[in-house]
Amino acid sequence: MYTFSNRLKIASFILMAVGVLGIGIGFVSAPATVEEAKAMVAAHDDGHGDSHGEEASHAMASDHGGASDHNSDHDEHLLHQLQNRPWAALYVAAFFFFMIALGVLAFYGIQRASQAGWSPLLFRVMEGITAYLVPGGIIVFVILVLSVLHFNHMFTWMDADVVAHDKLLQNKAGYLNPTFFLIRAAIFLGGWIGYREISRRLSIAQDNADDNSNFKKNFRFSAAFLVFYLISESIMSWDWIMSVDPHWFSTLFGWYVFASMIVSGITVIAMVTIYLKSKGYLPDVNDSHIHDLAKFMFGFSIFWTYLWFGQFMLIWYANIPEEVTYFVTRIEDYNLPFFGMVAMNFVFPLLLLMNSDYKRVNWFVIMTGIVLLAGHYLDIFNMIMPATVGDQWYIGVPEIGAILFFSGAFIFWVFRALTHAPLQPSRNPFIEESRHFHY
Amino acid sequence: MAATVIHAYYDDDDVLMHAVKKVKAEKHHIEEVYCPFPVHGLDKAMGLAPTRIAITSFMYGCLGLIVSIVMMKYIMIDDWPMDIGGKPSFSYIENMPAFVPIMFELTVFFAAHLMVITFYLRSRLWPFKKAENPDVRTTDAHFIMEIEVHNNESELKDLLLDTGAVELNIIKNSH
Repeated sequence: MYTFSNRLKIASFILMAVGVLGIGIGFVSAPATVEEAKAMVAAHDDGHGDSHGEEASHAMASDHGGASDHNSDHDEHLLHQLQNRPWAALYVAAFFFFMIALGVLAFYGIQRASQAGWSPLLFRVMEGITAYLVPGGIIVFVILVLSVLHFNHMFTWMDADVVAHDKLLQNKAGYLNPTFFLIRAAIFLGGWIGYREISRRLSIAQDNADDNSNFKKNFRFSAAFLVFYLISESIMSWDWIMSVDPHWFSTLFGWYVFASMIVSGITVIAMVTIYLKSKGYLPDVNDSHIHDLAKFMFGFSIFWTYLWFGQFMLIWYANIPEEVTYFVTRIEDYNLPFFGMVAMNFVFPLLLLMNSDYKRVNWFVIMTGIVLLAGHYLDIFNMIMPATVGDQWYIGVPEIGAILFFSGAFIFWVFRALTHAPLQPSRNPFIEESRHFHY
Repeated sequence: MAATVIHAYYDDDDVLMHAVKKVKAEKHHIEEVYCPFPVHGLDKAMGLAPTRIAITSFMYGCLGLIVSIVMMKYIMIDDWPMDIGGKPSFSYIENMPAFVPIMFELTVFFAAHLMVITFYLRSRLWPFKKAENPDVRTTDAHFIMEIEVHNNESELKDLLLDTGAVELNIIKNSH
């Protein structure tokens, strides 16, 4: 059995406390009126003061509302962007850590359904990480509910005034309406958490059983879950992420979000495994297990890049105005994060994890993992921020505060869940193979 | 001077593996092992150096990437920069996304083909090459371990029979 080390527990509390402070500062310092917003921009005007916003406002109501005075519309727009910033910072971090747990759940489902022989030794680690689905999912859901209740302006289609002046959004209202949106979110979260709880229970029951019926049931649930996950993940990505840009659409978006999700998930599995092994809790895990996880990190990083580039190049090449605005805003206002994340998520793991020997060096895997996680945070950042805060983005106190808070919550919840069951399953039919796994 | 070798026949890969380990432990040099299929771990047991073919492949891939970049930079940007459907051909980076599919494919092409050719050269394989297996049975069901004899024939024979060899042949003037 694993015991939650006190130092780690205290570290997670400190992260959460500092994070709450940062989030609080973000909310307190957000402007309440147009005048405050203008003063804020004027105060730290670093060259993108006057010309900003014109192009970035593509998705906003003012383009379609017409008529009214442009200047006051513009100021209103600026105010909303600045007010969105702490919310978007919170949402990006909340989704990012939730996404890690969901990615691990998908990977876990795949390992069970494919009856992989190498991974059963890591099942408890994966189950520990997916425990974060419950609090993480609830937090994301609460943020979505607050958005529906108009506490923020992250999702423009939730604003009835905007929809009233926007033909495109009216046509999408059959799908993009607050009630249906929340019902979908609840069904998806219920399905994911439900599978996680059932699978965890069967996994632990298998340890004390005298036949393999629990294992077989778990196999069936996992196969069914993967079908559900494929559909729900895709729709979730349209709802929770793509709909912040409600005028834009992309067909492979669901896959793209999935790739980001699974690569972060596998990275976290590798990091937690290496940590637990270094503390002597996973005596049977060997270099080959780490090697396999690193191979998955490497492979899915390239898969992510393939989808990123596939989405980017198709839109860049055809250059259809209604689609290309998405990348125009990102390249103009988010140049460094947009291209920086490609270096972090592709070039870095490509060069560091290509060598077979490096994949067995634990600190190499950890180092690559840290860069990958930062890169995939930036990926989510690049998906949400341009539509919510536009060119008013900055990675400052609210963003870092939210990351710290959720990383603290993640560490606390995951390692607490790891104490609940033995770290190595004892009666899994593949456990012997996994113990002697050697690549 | 003609070398004399002893061919020890085995009919099971597990027995072969144990035999290889034992012969190595007795400090005899194993010239060659002929197998009908890859025996997992045999190279380690024989103490063969790991292959460097993956490293060559990486370098060939880099070469392919450079070739594709230089080629398209010259053709599309420097030599005859045309406006084709509004694609910006002012600099390489501006039009780069359109070149990526070719950059990727040429990288893979060079990495794969040159590595295969390297493999053929290093392992001396080509059409019309005379087959080198000492006994046709090694392509089907038998394993042969080849050891050079240095005036220790009877000692070697005893050792090899002890490891489970099913047949021993002394080959004079083998090379």
